[in-house]
Amino acid sequence: MSVITAHNIGKLYPGHSAGDPPVRALTDVNFTVHDKEFCALLGHSGCGKTTLLSMLAGFEQATEGRLMLDGKPIGKPGWERCMIFQDYALFPWATVVDNIAFGLEMRKVKAAERKRIVEEHIALVGLAGFENRYPHQLSGGMRQRVSIARALAVNPHVLLMDEPFAALDAQNRATMQREMVRIWDHARKTCVLVTHSIEEAITLSDRILVMTKRPGTIKADIVVDLPRPRNEDDPAVIQLRRQIRELIQDEAPVEV
Amino acid sequence: MTDAARASATTPTAPGALPQSRGSSLVGAILTRIRVFGMLILLAGLWQFVSTRVLDASTATLLPPPSAIVIGAWELIETGELFRHLRDSVKRELVAFIFAISAIPLGIAMGWSRVINEQFDVLIEVLRPIPPLAWIPLSILWFGIGDTQNQFIIFLGMFFPILLNTITGVKNIEPNLVHAAQCLGASELKILWRVVLRAAMPSIVTGIRVGLGVGWMALVAAELVGANSGLGFLINDARTVLRTDYVIVGMMTIGVVGLFIDRGVRALGRWAMPWSRAMAQ
Repeated sequence: MSVITAHNIGKLYPGHSAGDPPVRALTDVNFTVHDKEFCALLGHSGCGKTTLLSMLAGFEQATEGRLMLDGKPIGKPGWERCMIFQDYALFPWATVVDNIAFGLEMRKVKAAERKRIVEEHIALVGLAGFENRYPHQLSGGMRQRVSIARALAVNPHVLLMDEPFAALDAQNRATMQREMVRIWDHARKTCVLVTHSIEEAITLSDRILVMTKRPGTIKADIVVDLPRPRNEDDPAVIQLRRQIRELIQDEAPVEV
Repeated sequence: MTDAARASATTPTAPGALPQSRGSSLVGAILTRIRVFGMLILLAGLWQFVSTRVLDASTATLLPPPSAIVIGAWELIETGELFRHLRDSVKRELVAFIFAISAIPLGIAMGWSRVINEQFDVLIEVLRPIPPLAWIPLSILWFGIGDTQNQFIIFLGMFFPILLNTITGVKNIEPNLVHAAQCLGASELKILWRVVLRAAMPSIVTGIRVGLGVGWMALVAAELVGANSGLGFLINDARTVLRTDYVIVGMMTIGVVGLFIDRGVRALGRWAMPWSRAMAQ
């Protein structure tokens, strides 16, 4: 069981310099992510969705409200809530194998077992043949595959993803989204994805939480009850996309 | 002048990169190599001419021709003098370096922890601007003349570049690398050892390169006044007996060895960190 509950979450940042008024990033955020559910946090940049994800990981603390995993307050970062980053955050000095094995070493998994798990995850993300490459020798899509394998290898309760495919070109992004559907279908975890892409949210999620502009809160909670893999030309998908676009349109940040 | 300009303009091009047939590319390669030294050879020839033909004998003592320097170098090598002084200098540099490595853990602690940084920062900011050479009088009183005093001066020259580069390296770490390690279950100590130290390593190696260079300069200065051996002593000692050829041989040795130390550390860094773009330069 891995259920995330957010109860009246708020986040207040102190002003840039002394005397500046504090900045409110989040206000009254309430939601539940069910066990093994893939949930997307969708919103424009600056709406506080990444802040929310950082809190789930434990990098930041909420100033108000309660954030819980299985009824226990979320504290320091740990392997049970593993994050996949937009910039991959791979260790540049380590090969693909050593990157994926890092978390297992930290969890003191024995060498033989470690090897087995690493091999299994290399196969899962389709990186066979690239075991001994360094990150700088891989393409963006392949780096993100390593990052996904590294996160899944520690067998976290919750997988957190911060715009994981935003740095990729359109072709690679579509491929990686399809791959993610396949990998998630295999690994089945409670998953929270932060994205600003409506298509990405629809392709991947069971549920989409649409956020307002700053100070961010949940505007709509949309269940996506469509079979995967989803076709972007499917009338139901088109209908859903239109619905979300209308919801999110009013929330576009004011251009400076 | 134009020759030299052209020579320097062609150096960056790899000899093999020119679209040429195989036979002429070898000749071309040799020519390109030699052309770089065109100015040097020209000046050496001029120097030889001036020293032997233009200057009178007593003035030529102050500027011996390259031919005399080569003979002087041979004498110093044959008697083992040059090697003995070189060995003593390099040994001092190495011993001082072993002590200066302590700057790495301190730098990591200062880059990582605000509290530690606060405590040490003022101290370091006060000590750092004092040139190592300004420590020579005090250090002679403390340690006398000899290895310890020399090593202390060299240590001071090395310590701060290594420290500052380590701090910078730690502060410039991609925050997400640390986040990722936390998410993968690493403790703070593990993060320092497995992530921070490695991520900061290119910057630390840069600090070591700068430190060894500054240390080498400080070494020569320290030996000029406070040693009975070493390359700095050699050139100062040769001055007192007016062996300008030995002085110049000593100077050249100092330069060449300094260059080799720097190149050596750089090669080592590149070999150990093939992943680092900073090291590839």
